[in-house]
Amino acid sequence: MKLADKTANELQELLHSKELTIADLTEATFKRIKELDPKVDAFLALNEEQATKQAAEMDQTDTGERGPLFGLPIGVKDNIVTEGLETTASSLILKGFNPIYNATVVDKLRDAGMVIVGKLNMDEFAMGSSNENSYYKNTKNPWNLETVPGGSSGGSAAAVAAGEVPFTLGSDTGGSIRQPAAFCGVVGMKPTYGRVSRFGLIAYASSFDQIGPITRTVKDNALLLNAIAGHDEKDSTSANVEVPDFTAALTGDIQGLRIGVPKEYFAEGVSEASKQAVKDALKVLEEKGATWEEISLPHSKYALSTYYILASSEASSNLSRFDGIRYGYRTEKAGSLLEFYMNTRSEGFGDEVKRRIMLGTYALSSGYYDAYYKKAQKVRTLIKQDFDKAFENFDVIIGPTTPTPAFKIGEIIDDPLTMYANDILTIPVNLAGVPAISVPCGFDNGLPLGLQIIGNYFDEETVYRVADAFEQATGFHKETPQTWEGAAQ
Amino acid sequence: MAKMTKEEVIEVAHLARLAITDEEAVHFADQLEAITNAMELLNELDTENVEPTTHVLPLVNVMREDKSIEGLPRELVMKNVKEHEGGQVRVPTILD
Repeated sequence: MKLADKTANELQELLHSKELTIADLTEATFKRIKELDPKVDAFLALNEEQATKQAAEMDQTDTGERGPLFGLPIGVKDNIVTEGLETTASSLILKGFNPIYNATVVDKLRDAGMVIVGKLNMDEFAMGSSNENSYYKNTKNPWNLETVPGGSSGGSAAAVAAGEVPFTLGSDTGGSIRQPAAFCGVVGMKPTYGRVSRFGLIAYASSFDQIGPITRTVKDNALLLNAIAGHDEKDSTSANVEVPDFTAALTGDIQGLRIGVPKEYFAEGVSEASKQAVKDALKVLEEKGATWEEISLPHSKYALSTYYILASSEASSNLSRFDGIRYGYRTEKAGSLLEFYMNTRSEGFGDEVKRRIMLGTYALSSGYYDAYYKKAQKVRTLIKQDFDKAFENFDVIIGPTTPTPAFKIGEIIDDPLTMYANDILTIPVNLAGVPAISVPCGFDNGLPLGLQIIGNYFDEETVYRVADAFEQATGFHKETPQTWEGAAQ
Repeated sequence: MAKMTKEEVIEVAHLARLAITDEEAVHFADQLEAITNAMELLNELDTENVEPTTHVLPLVNVMREDKSIEGLPRELVMKNVKEHEGGQVRVPTILD
């Protein structure tokens, strides 16, 4: 029986008919992880003992009392705290950190009956677009092991693409769910800012960070968002709005849908293959009754600079908590309190984290605050207004998720500006706070390409409806990488 | 074009409580100069009459009811502390 390519519904059918137990499924999942992960390197800590015990207990629950995700395995990005399971945000400074409570989303996964199998590699503190900034290891792209999986949720996307686990959680601050989802040929959703609680998400840039699901299919993605969304009194920025059943939006009907296609998303630097894949996707959507028009989001070209000023500034403040006193890495070399702090932080953080802390400290320092930080906050307003205006006339905005497919490991790691440019098409969405999904829409030289569908505030339903209609009409989600072949199912 | 000097990087690193060597400071100066120069693109825009966005949602202060709730047990809170004694965090001696 092949389990690795099954959807949530298909797995539930097997569980309900008793052809499969939750214990079997959990065992098979770990078997596959152990076989494939030495190649893919997606996982950090594994939760095998606890998961195995939990699975056996869960088999006792009557099938009539089980929800749609009950008993299914999930991996969690390592910047989301899990009680009793090491959480490092892929940083040396948190090596051995053992959280004493669960993030709200983790409690919600447990309430849904999901089995957490382990923690997933990422760029340190979610800063990066290739997973090369992890202190622990480089995750590989299952489609070509010499290329990056994207980042920062690279482990989360690669684990799903390799069929190691059908569900993962990632987090997206400037594209960190959508870019790796595009690179790995899977479905990644960044919900509206405030849709999902950030309580227990190790903060990088708090006015941008948002947790979201990564899956193989749109339906599974909607099921997982159903489970994690909602207001949380522990996160005062979580929105007190109603959470619909997102799967109810997957009607397949997009007749009359109005699509805006921003010309700025087809500018210099975006590869011909990426542009062509989106044009082909628009034809598919047209055939299903949608219409599209070219629009302009005129401030798009300012998004990258705006983001790096604001996100780095927030990071410099958020990461000041890592001081080596109460938890985490502590230096051995300290003659004074100042040296203790400085050496702990210098030894514990990697270069990209240091770069962003310094950039943020610089942007917030007296004399530069108005020129950088305040200026960027004002430009953020202009970028947000671009989206507000577009959504007066259009239901969704569509473009490529990334300018190119995955690049080779080591290719641009020493060139921060080129690395930052990877997120040029995803960052505007975070600046505005609107929801967006990446779904597979083709290949370039055997590497997946992503279609980005952006929706209005709290309108994940329309985003999912369009993504599902596209998925049903094309079937790119059924393609699997070669790492699958011959592996344990 | 703003020039980022080694000295400026050392000053910023100090403010951020990061120890860096002279060699690292030169390396970071080059990279941060390239990044801050790219950011000056924003100066093209007239933002005189634009309000800054601190948050994308119309948020207001959230207050909870003024009643005490139990915190985490001290033993649990101490779980990740390297060394502790009598419920207090132990740190290296740094005063002469």
